[in-house]
Amino acid sequence: MTSPLFPLDDSEDSLANNPSATRMGREIFSGVESLPAERCLEIFRLMVRTRALEERTIKMSKSGEGYFWVGGPGEEAFNVCLGLQVNKGFGPAYDYLHLHYRNAGVLLALGMPMLDHVRQMAMTATDPHSRGRNFVGHYAVKEWNVVPVTSVIEIQYVMAPGTAIMQKRVPNGTGVSIVVGGDAGTAEGDFTSCMIWSTRPKNELPVLMIVTNNGYGISTPAHTQHGERRICDRGEPFGIPGETVDGNDPITTWHAIRRGLEYCRQTRKPYLLEVFVSRLHGHSSSSGAARVSDEPDCLKLFETKLINAGLLHQELVEHIYQNAHEEADAAVVQAMEEPRPLPEDVEKFTYAPSPVDVVYPEDYTGLPR
Amino acid sequence: MATLVQAVRLALHYGETHLGVTDIFGEDVGPPLGGVFTATQGLKTAWNSPLDERGIVGTAMGIAYGGGRPVFEIQFCDYAFNVIDLLKVVGNQRWASAGGFDMPVVMMTPTGAGIRGSMYHSHSYESWASRLPGWKIVMPSDALDAYGLMLSAIVDPNPVMVLLPKALLRVRSDRLIPGEPEDPQELSRRIDAPVGDRKNWTPDWPPVQEYFVPIGSARLVREGETATVISYGRTLPLCVQVCDDLQKNHGLSFDVLDLRSIFPYDWKAISQSVQKTGRVVLVNEDTEVTNFAEHLLRRIIEEHFYDLVAKPKVISGKHVPGIGLNQVYEYNTVPQAEHIREAIFEVATEPV
Repeated sequence: MTSPLFPLDDSEDSLANNPSATRMGREIFSGVESLPAERCLEIFRLMVRTRALEERTIKMSKSGEGYFWVGGPGEEAFNVCLGLQVNKGFGPAYDYLHLHYRNAGVLLALGMPMLDHVRQMAMTATDPHSRGRNFVGHYAVKEWNVVPVTSVIEIQYVMAPGTAIMQKRVPNGTGVSIVVGGDAGTAEGDFTSCMIWSTRPKNELPVLMIVTNNGYGISTPAHTQHGERRICDRGEPFGIPGETVDGNDPITTWHAIRRGLEYCRQTRKPYLLEVFVSRLHGHSSSSGAARVSDEPDCLKLFETKLINAGLLHQELVEHIYQNAHEEADAAVVQAMEEPRPLPEDVEKFTYAPSPVDVVYPEDYTGLPR
Repeated sequence: MATLVQAVRLALHYGETHLGVTDIFGEDVGPPLGGVFTATQGLKTAWNSPLDERGIVGTAMGIAYGGGRPVFEIQFCDYAFNVIDLLKVVGNQRWASAGGFDMPVVMMTPTGAGIRGSMYHSHSYESWASRLPGWKIVMPSDALDAYGLMLSAIVDPNPVMVLLPKALLRVRSDRLIPGEPEDPQELSRRIDAPVGDRKNWTPDWPPVQEYFVPIGSARLVREGETATVISYGRTLPLCVQVCDDLQKNHGLSFDVLDLRSIFPYDWKAISQSVQKTGRVVLVNEDTEVTNFAEHLLRRIIEEHFYDLVAKPKVISGKHVPGIGLNQVYEYNTVPQAEHIREAIFEVATEPV
């Protein structure tokens, strides 16, 4: 699915009409690893759209169009590379996504329109994730196996083994339960629980554990609280293979995710990936969400790389940014015009209809009468 | 006549053979033990988990996301305090996703005092559980109700917590489960695992039938005129015994309501009875501060203030940090027949 506001094909057309297009079909390298030029441009464009969306959402938090903001500027390379490699669909034959609240790029790469993200920020009744109930970036998309994101740190790690159990029961299944969280959350026992439940002898599970390491838990630097070596080394006693990767480099990140997914799909066992990422706007709007200047920016780095490779030029880059900003702006304009929840919505969707409940056969309706 | 724990086992058997239960799991739930209280012996979908309550709850959620119908056990409710954040999230899934994700899980856990369980095996949980919106909380006091409530818990597409009063797990019902053999010894021979080596043992399940106790329906265990007694779990049979005695010796008669569902509770039954008698006693064994009965009493006072003819009363556990092992502690911490008798007699005989 692509957004009607900015169909992917538009920019393919611009590229096709541009001299740079003659450079398509090439491989772009990062060390010994490479991706086709077309893939790099797809990733770049999605990263730009993600960044534009995040920046517009931060603006909403400051303008009063929304309240709290939390997200993942600085994690676009990782998020987009993950989203593009997910086997997207409903049910245990497909991948499950147990995300946290910095994964806008994953959803855009899966095909979510910007509008659906903005609707959550604007708390509209049309917000498909939570009907205006949850913070932005707290997605829930049943048809893509994106289970409801919570603000509670690390609890997604105890849910992933459950979906993986169901995936492992699918004959010839290749579905993987992908769980994503930050570095600070690995101090919670739930992180270890995930490794224990995924490596029960004769019951190993296809769980791709991903830790995006931005070096902070809100204000607390990781090195002041953690004495262990690499987080991915924690998989070693469980026999969980893993690696660390520079999440500011989309090409190396792409391949690390690919290796992790392939391992889980083929062996039906877990894999642990630690991705070093930047945090370009602090923890959340609660700390001001101001742009920091002392961390590498995966988007600028990739932009420079693609320009140097002759795949992009400045004019085209500006065009891609402009389109992304216009798409985000248009989404906000539309969302702000959409209906808000009503007082009578408060109790809706508490209970599913039940044939054996004489008080709430349909839904919650207030205290028992 | 099945015991309460046998009834749970029969219900789980019916659930996994007729109602789509895919997984029954928890600590020591699978073979060889089949549960520390034997609730899961011989079940084909029962399996052992790591000693990790958070992993148990989270895995149940994942199984449900993936289309399964899990029943998980927390070995004692005393060990369900480190998962209360997860239980909140279990309860909010449908609401948080605006109808996107249902969460059809059943949690069962032994609750309450009465087995000399000391400080860490005697907690009550229903007042805590009543503060978990999105859940349904049921608590049988009798084997047939345990069977019917467990089947309802399995069929309901929402999270349902089945609280099992520890002190009543070995108590036989005087009511037969449909399809259950009448001879309790025959039932035991067929479904109780032998002590010792049970590698080659398989149960010979009786052909039990579908029987639902609707969620939200109380059971009027005794019918009378003098006062209303509302209870559930371990204290319910004590209330019945006390009321029978008061009728025999003092000619006082009582409506005794076994609530069976903590939430949603059967307000119609409560309301009708209180309106009829004008006198009410609520009895449970959870600690008395912010006790679930206080909520019921609030509603009774707000909605039946002018129907009441005597001071209402809540009899519950003392607000102390635990239940001590020496029976002096337990006897004087949670309500016993003697305490219940005194309270009911006082309310029943207060002059108008």
